[in-house]
Amino acid sequence: MRIRSVPMREVQVWELPVRIYHWVNALCILSLVITGYTIGSPPAFMKGTEAYFNYWFGTVRFIHFVTAFVFFFNFLVRIYWGFAGNEFSRWYNFIPLKRCQWKEILTVIKVDVLQITNRQIDSIGHNSLASLIYFITFLIFLLQCLTGFGMYSAMSKAFLPHLFAWVVPFLGGDIHVRQLHHILMWGFILFSIIHIYLVFYHDYIERRGVTSSMIGGWKYIEEDVILRHENRTEECPKN
Amino acid sequence: MENKQLSFYEEARGNGISRKEFLKFCTIMAAWLGLETSGVGQIVKALETKPRLPVIWFHFQECTCCSESFIRASHPIVASIVLDKISLDYQETLMAASGVQAEDAYKTVMAKFPGEYIVMVEGSIPTENEAYCCIGGRSALQILKEAVANSKAVVAWGNCASAGCVQAASPNPTGAKPVHKVISGKPVINVQGCPPIADVMAGVVVHLLTFDRIPQLDGLGRPKAFYSRRVHDTCYRRANFDAGLFVEAFDDEGAKRGYCLYKMGCKGPVTYNSCGIIKWNDGISYPIQSGHPCIGCAEEGFWDNGPFYKHLPQIAGFGIETTADKIGVAVGLSALAGVTGHAVLTNIRKHREIANAPEAGSEIENPKEK
Ligand code: HEM
Ligand code: HEM
Ligand code: SF4
Ligand code: SF4
Repeated sequence: MRIRSVPMREVQVWELPVRIYHWVNALCILSLVITGYTIGSPPAFMKGTEAYFNYWFGTVRFIHFVTAFVFFFNFLVRIYWGFAGNEFSRWYNFIPLKRCQWKEILTVIKVDVLQITNRQIDSIGHNSLASLIYFITFLIFLLQCLTGFGMYSAMSKAFLPHLFAWVVPFLGGDIHVRQLHHILMWGFILFSIIHIYLVFYHDYIERRGVTSSMIGGWKYIEEDVILRHENRTEECPKN
Repeated sequence: MENKQLSFYEEARGNGISRKEFLKFCTIMAAWLGLETSGVGQIVKALETKPRLPVIWFHFQECTCCSESFIRASHPIVASIVLDKISLDYQETLMAASGVQAEDAYKTVMAKFPGEYIVMVEGSIPTENEAYCCIGGRSALQILKEAVANSKAVVAWGNCASAGCVQAASPNPTGAKPVHKVISGKPVINVQGCPPIADVMAGVVVHLLTFDRIPQLDGLGRPKAFYSRRVHDTCYRRANFDAGLFVEAFDDEGAKRGYCLYKMGCKGPVTYNSCGIIKWNDGISYPIQSGHPCIGCAEEGFWDNGPFYKHLPQIAGFGIETTADKIGVAVGLSALAGVTGHAVLTNIRKHREIANAPEAGSEIENPKEK
């Protein structure tokens, strides 16, 4: 039997809104990628029938649009929580404006990506590299909403999509909007592959219970890290 | 040029067109412009009383398909009146005059009707080297700028003048630009299409004449009356789209049954035009009705977003037939490979760490006892 003795404390990192946001978001993206890909390349599984009896493609598009609305409002909730939530979910974590954030990004690359050193990463919430990647993902969310609702505005009389009608002339026409929307889908797929892997990786290496933190909200953090966090000298919003 | 300006109606009667035919024309126009019934009366009155529009019509880098389309308008009044009269002023292809007389004609219009005449442009304007398109020793850009300065409005006919069309397709050797990118200060009406539908062109002219102002335009400067809906929204095959019934090859059973042409590359879902309603050649048919997918001719950059017969455009710079999906799959697989490699590396490291960890046992501290 191997037993480690590391003094750990539990820290609540993700409050309920962040966790709900996260899983609603993950489900929406799953649905949007599947329906979106189907819209782009519909399978040919019906022949010799008449349109009168069928509506499956319309249904796929309908699911795409309904999910899109959920995705959009869920995203707004997260942005709001970036101003109202705890220190780990605040907006300033995501934008590396401070020197110490960039320093941490370098360390994370050395430790986790290149695996050339074995230093401890001090951050309790997201580490700075993860935050930066999430920030880029949020921008992709935004772009996907802009292009999606931009296209949608042509087929809707509703108020919300019309706020995005300017996107189409801005990009020069629906051809370009649709192309961009399609390319961005691959951004989501790429992010998901790496993100899910990295969650498992961090759980495996750091043993802080990262995976379940997005379910229960709490992480195990080493006591010395918490101490350093509380007595941090450099005025840095993170760690 | 005659001194008394005849009205459209007078011209029409002079050309042997009956009052009945004239009224029919006005009614059709009112319908296409989306006017109420009272709009018919307004058009009749305008065409009966107002002197015709002074027009200067330029041909720059183009193929003349817009003029060709225009003279095939389904109602002869458009061709015989609008175009005959336009050619009196200045229309390079159709006017009788040439050389000095032609230049005079267009200078006369500018001098006689400042602030009233309409500049109509077919074709794009080269900017890489202005010499690519010169008329009478002057460049297209110079001519256009001079003519536009005192005009009332500018009508950009077709994709060339509205978005650059094939001349602006990559690599755009002449630096071709549409009208709205090279002039400023005047309203530009983009009458999109390659070519635009003749009746749409007529509708725009009638609107300008009747209401003395430019029609309502969309975000890309196209008249809303004709370009507010996608070909897809008025397509009679739309039911097959929603039902998920697609033509898979031009000679398959789906093609015979008239399924949707989406998978054959139909750009109807991204193209704003009236093809599904007004149709072509006297309302006989339009490409989709004849079994051919829409190629998106009324949209900017449609040449560069081919191939015409594939749904997903190829991506410039990645070689022929490389679509976002192909690149996406490649990148996704690399990510999976990278992640797997990383996982292997991590495990080697972790095993070393576990091996080096002291074998713990009885000396374990119980935090609760501390
Ligand atoms: C995770 C986010 C999303 C993904 C991965 C995604 C993916 C896709 C894909 C791949 C297509 C097919 C494009 C093509 O024809 O080649 C598509 C179509 C479309 N998407 Fe999205 N999308 C997302 C979010 C949204 C949002 C937020 C909206 C907002 C309303 C939206 C609206 C649309 C519309 C209007 C279409 C065109 C459907 C049609 O006209 O048939 N999408 N999407
Ligand atoms: C489509 C799939 C997914 C997407 C788009 C996604 C997206 C995100 C985003 C945007 C965040 C940042 C949250 C914030 O603070 O706002 C995040 C964090 C997180 N996600 Fe996901 N996620 C996905 C799937 C998953 C899955 C399957 C898991 C777990 C098995 C997971 C676990 C986590 C965890 C643990 C965090 C916190 C990371 C940290 O503490 O540094 N995610 N995810
Ligand atoms: S044929 Fe083209 S325009 Fe018609 S429904 Fe299909 S995709 Fe839309
Ligand atoms: S169907 Fe499409 S490509 Fe054909 S004329 Fe109409 S807009 Fe142009």
